[in-house]
Amino acid sequence: MARKKITPPRTEQLALSELTIEQRQIEGLSLSTIVRRRFFQHKAAVTSMIVLALIVLLAFTSVGTIIGGTGRLAADTDSGEIILDGLRISGWWPYDWYRNYPLTTPGGLPSWEHPFGQDTLGKDIFARVMRGIQQSLTVVALIGFLATVIGVLIGSIAGFIRGWLDNLLMRMTDVIIIIPGLILGAVLGRTIGGNAISLGILLGLVSWTGLARLVRGEFLALREREFVDAARVAGASNSRIIFRHILPNSIGIVVVNATLLMSAAILTETALSFLGFGITAPDISLGQIISQYNEAFKTRPWLFWYPGLFIVVIALCINFIGDGLRDAFDPRQRRVPKTASLSRQFRELTGGGR
Amino acid sequence: MPKDLSNDGKVGWESMLSFITRRLAATFVVLLVASFLVYMLTANSGDPLEDLRIQNDPASVAKRATLTEKLDLDTPPFFRYFKWLGGAASCVIGQCNLGISVIRGDEPVANALGNAMASTLSLVVLATILSILFGVAIGMTVALRQYSGYDYTVTFTAFIFYSLPIFWVAVLLKEFGAIRFNEFLGDPSIPWWIALAIGAALGLVVQAVVGGHLRTRIRSAAISLVLTTGILVVADLTQWFRNPSIGIIGVALLGAGLGALMLFVTSNLTKRTMQFSVGTTVLAVIALWYPLQFAWFYFNHPFTIVAVALLLAGIGVAAGFFLGGDDRIEAMRVSAITGALATAPLVLDQMFMRWGDYVQIIPLRSGVISTIGANTPILAKDDDTWMRMLDSSTHLILPTIALMIISVAGYTRYTRATLLEVLNQDYVRTARAKGLPETTVIMRHAFRNTLIPIATIVAFDFGAVIGGAIITERVFAWQGMGALFNQGLYHVDVNLVMGVFLVTGVAAVIFNILADLAYSALDPRIRITEA
Repeated sequence: MARKKITPPRTEQLALSELTIEQRQIEGLSLSTIVRRRFFQHKAAVTSMIVLALIVLLAFTSVGTIIGGTGRLAADTDSGEIILDGLRISGWWPYDWYRNYPLTTPGGLPSWEHPFGQDTLGKDIFARVMRGIQQSLTVVALIGFLATVIGVLIGSIAGFIRGWLDNLLMRMTDVIIIIPGLILGAVLGRTIGGNAISLGILLGLVSWTGLARLVRGEFLALREREFVDAARVAGASNSRIIFRHILPNSIGIVVVNATLLMSAAILTETALSFLGFGITAPDISLGQIISQYNEAFKTRPWLFWYPGLFIVVIALCINFIGDGLRDAFDPRQRRVPKTASLSRQFRELTGGGR
Repeated sequence: MPKDLSNDGKVGWESMLSFITRRLAATFVVLLVASFLVYMLTANSGDPLEDLRIQNDPASVAKRATLTEKLDLDTPPFFRYFKWLGGAASCVIGQCNLGISVIRGDEPVANALGNAMASTLSLVVLATILSILFGVAIGMTVALRQYSGYDYTVTFTAFIFYSLPIFWVAVLLKEFGAIRFNEFLGDPSIPWWIALAIGAALGLVVQAVVGGHLRTRIRSAAISLVLTTGILVVADLTQWFRNPSIGIIGVALLGAGLGALMLFVTSNLTKRTMQFSVGTTVLAVIALWYPLQFAWFYFNHPFTIVAVALLLAGIGVAAGFFLGGDDRIEAMRVSAITGALATAPLVLDQMFMRWGDYVQIIPLRSGVISTIGANTPILAKDDDTWMRMLDSSTHLILPTIALMIISVAGYTRYTRATLLEVLNQDYVRTARAKGLPETTVIMRHAFRNTLIPIATIVAFDFGAVIGGAIITERVFAWQGMGALFNQGLYHVDVNLVMGVFLVTGVAAVIFNILADLAYSALDPRIRITEA
């Protein structure tokens, strides 16, 4: 489908009529152009991308962030004030997520001053939720990146080289798959004790299994194709065949599943933090906020609603982007033409009815 | 891979057995390595003596010494694992020694697991089976109505469900689902306009599912509206919700519905012989309702359910054998399944008979749909099996829904995609070109082939459901395996964590093998009996 079609001379235009309308639309375009065009036609995916970008922008600019250091609270050596360890970059939001402020409304009800309300100690929930989004997104990005890289490497080596190495790698995959994800995640999370970056790295190191299996399957099929033989005859090395010839052909599977993996990752991270084995206090993650205020649902529902809504929105956006990418890469599940367009196509083919 | 069997021309039970054995052996090795990994990771995840290390008074020092002794902390984890494995291996001869749990007052882990396992596995298995049933059913209707309003609605809803964090949903369900429904059960009255609204809503859904021409749609909407509203009004007039029961009428209706559903699913709705055979089975179930009352009463044991199911399946086999005619084998199979499934309404009937007593026993404040724990403490040791089952059911409802919400979405999406792919295959076109009725094409040619890939994701999903159960148990305060796991990991009680892992791992393996068997039963290329 992706192969470039040479425009035929006028006399052969008739042969073109055997192509469907869809085929004609993508005639003479490169794969990346086709994918991009299809993706941007997927309204839900484009909307999700914009919403996700806005959330990231909001989370990182509003309360600022800290770079380096442990990110934990510590007493400042000079003033004795409680500050965060690390280089603090402040944002436009006037409140910090770790400080207590006087309650502006009875019980900390949401107000103009504190749109998401305050908790019993007077902490600003908006700032806390924004910081939680930052942490959760950091973990998700790390998991997505690491799992994709490792999954592609292991899957392509197993699928391309086959033999005992394939067996070994796949049994390794089986071992990790048989441990329920949450149990493995919780044990790892308990080990590192509540830091977003190390949690992301550790979870990334064990989340590659599904992708590795898929990539392996794709490689097993693609390595038998003619273009691989052609490359080998031309003298290409194994690594060149893997990375320049086969991998670009399986990019669709990788991209789509990496996206879906990330939407699962945010749910895993928040669940772990909810149980107390992910990001733990004094650090903040969306799941940890919900866990902390779990009991307060009846009296202070706003402590519970906002972090949960942001988890849902972020996971939904990632899922929709994944769906859009799948539609763009995999035209098998394309829209079945409606009767109207079929009859139009028929008229065009026969040249009558106009 | 089960597909290897297809090369074998005469596949029999031996090759099936050897396939299962090989498969079991491979999985066993994988499970062993995984248990080693989990043991080492858990042992290194923290310091079990952390709290005690801060103080230096003699009492703490002494306690530290005893704990070190008990937990065998002087031995490196690597060797401790093999000690643990030796104890776990004795499970084969029926004497499990999974070590003791220090944090639970030196309780043997096997004991702690025994109690927790029943409640967690019932939750997980129920949620998985219901998710598969609902997910596949919804996914199929959606695929058959591709790009309709119904399709878009369900697909979008599935996306939202898929993105919901389970701990958040569980809390919402607890606060809204339980409390509202309990209020309704406290004063069950349905005004006529609400009954009408429910009927209209259902009619709208039904017409979207049924589809077709405008007239068909209007007709199906009208039928479901009248039926639903009628049932609700009758139930309201007879005070059914105040004292729900099933009785012989309910068993008859449910049995007939079940028979019709089985006929529909196997696309035998119009075959005379099949109708007779299944109909006779259902009639036998209804006729046995009264005699079985004695069985339920005198053999008050869960095992009775299995016995009755076998009995009814046997009646189904007999009915199929004598009335099946040309479709004898098929009739026997379908009637037997119908008979076995008809046990469910009978058991439900027994449970509902105790509804009145149950409402008297449970604490008034908490309502019928419970949000805390896996059973009511005073009923946990009750003599009456059916009362215990009713109690467990009311406790199971909310956690099961919470687990299902996420799983159903996955199955729906997967079934939709798979069925659409299958419907584009040549053999489906051939079946249609032969002039087979659409029901036969879908149920016999497309449906079975759709189930094959679904069987493979069941095993994957099972692990996710166990993870979900750990979270759900936390929210609903169940003393199940999730609670044990949380407790064990929090205090670095390796034996407890390993016990939980062992149970979940073995359960996952069993589900895997069941999925494989289902796979080979569904795929005609590896049919084992009719070679």
